[in-house]
Amino acid sequence: MEALYLLIPISTVLVFLAIWVFVRASDSGQFDDMVGPAMRILLDDDSARPPETVVAESASDKVRTN
Amino acid sequence: MEKALNYNYKVVKQFSIATIVWGVVGMAVGLLIAAQLAWPEMNFDIPWLSFGRLRPLHTNAVIFAFGGSALMATSYYVVQRTCQVRLFSDGLAAFTFWGWQLVIVLAAITLPMGYTRGKEYAELEWPIAILLAVVWVAYAVVFFGTLAKRKVAHIYVANWFYGAFIIAVALLHVVNGMAMPATLTKSYSAYSGVQDAMIQWWYGHNAVGFFLTAGFLGMMYYFIPKQAERPVYSYRLSIVHFWALIFTYMWAGPHHLHYTALPDWTQSLGMVFSLILLAPSWGGMINGMMTLSGAWHKLRTDPILKFLVVSLSFYGMATFEGPMMAIKTVNALSHYTDWGIAHVHSGALGWVGFITMGSMYYLIPRLVGKQQMWSVKMIELHFWMATIGIVMYIAAMWIAGVMQGLMWRAVNPDGTLTYAFVEVVKATYPYYVIRFFGGLLYLSGMLLMAFNTFKTMRYSFPVDTRITVPRTHPVAPVLVPAARIAADAEEAL
Repeated sequence: MEALYLLIPISTVLVFLAIWVFVRASDSGQFDDMVGPAMRILLDDDSARPPETVVAESASDKVRTN
Repeated sequence: MEKALNYNYKVVKQFSIATIVWGVVGMAVGLLIAAQLAWPEMNFDIPWLSFGRLRPLHTNAVIFAFGGSALMATSYYVVQRTCQVRLFSDGLAAFTFWGWQLVIVLAAITLPMGYTRGKEYAELEWPIAILLAVVWVAYAVVFFGTLAKRKVAHIYVANWFYGAFIIAVALLHVVNGMAMPATLTKSYSAYSGVQDAMIQWWYGHNAVGFFLTAGFLGMMYYFIPKQAERPVYSYRLSIVHFWALIFTYMWAGPHHLHYTALPDWTQSLGMVFSLILLAPSWGGMINGMMTLSGAWHKLRTDPILKFLVVSLSFYGMATFEGPMMAIKTVNALSHYTDWGIAHVHSGALGWVGFITMGSMYYLIPRLVGKQQMWSVKMIELHFWMATIGIVMYIAAMWIAGVMQGLMWRAVNPDGTLTYAFVEVVKATYPYYVIRFFGGLLYLSGMLLMAFNTFKTMRYSFPVDTRITVPRTHPVAPVLVPAARIAADAEEAL
């Protein structure tokens, strides 16, 4: 099974690479705060502008068609 | 206005439109070949429309065109919003869009003409495969370049999933794509026989694992919390989910080759790793589901949340069914039957399709400066059409699959087979018809989505979204959602 001589080394190297990435990320403090990051994305307000401004603008500006 | 101060929504919008368009195309081709299985004359005796040529077009269109565009749209959006920076390079991002579309168009031309490498999910001939690799490298540069210049120290978990998906797909594509070109349209694999099969299913399984799972889990970890307005149930579990998947996924490929020339121990190893995969998969599924704890009432009124949550239940179903089917004794019954088709479609229509639709319904209004989609009622209708469509599809194929497996293995006392193959085909006919109508319902839902998207994007406003850094008071982030949970709970009572 020569294919395994290729696949097993690739997969093993990948696992060790993943371990290295994990340890590095862990040491640099990526996983220190396990609460804040989940909250943080909720604080990022990505909603579109409220309807008033949109209506006001559409009245004054030319309506753009895409 | 300085461009660097704004998010790049243009490429996100382009990929979102591509997602919808290719979704309709890919599913329509799927519906046509489903009809051909029930009514073979539906190929109209035109070679380009025959099942063998359209089937790879269907899978490529749905996985790489629909799924791929959705992954690129959402990853570009998520990486910008969570890192609080504009994409690394606008030019390169535009190149990934047009390059990816070119790959898809070339696939749509060459596959019906019969040019194929003959490898499932890796059919594209070598010139297109090279183009795909180039586009992918550009995608990796844009994504990781954006991560590198992030303004937020912490890398949000969704980005880990997207990043792993990008790296793994590059590796899989290159290793499985090793081939010797003979002419412009024909190449021969660098591997042969069972070696080639092993490489192919190492690729094939991990393509499912990283393209259709890890990437879409990135979507799940961003869009479910955002739509539910709740933080992930356990952020710690999401990190564990990620690393557990990374360490176990690569080894499950041999389960596609049970009872073949592959050495027996390799098959057993593949089976064991497939069973292990159940744990991280369900950990992630439960984590996503529980994100709604305290907000279950939102499911009654929010069709987008319905899409997102039902997608997780299909993820849970498919990741339970998969390991079960990887058990050799179960596989002896299920392999080569329509049970496999049921399994991939609960994954593709249920998990991948629904999480994509939910995320797109969240994303599209924001990209064009609207508060919500043109019609929320239509999202609701789409949800029910798609759900009923999937249930019809999967149930029909489950029954057909088990029936086929049992009929094929039935033996008379004298050792001869009880049923001729054609008898099994005949017995499957009604299930093919039910499957066709299930698919028709699912495609119709997708058409509604396309119409709704068109109406939402019409008369849209130019969106130049300023990058604003959210408040980072150490106490506020904990208090605000907690207060909101309490307020919502009161409201629910």
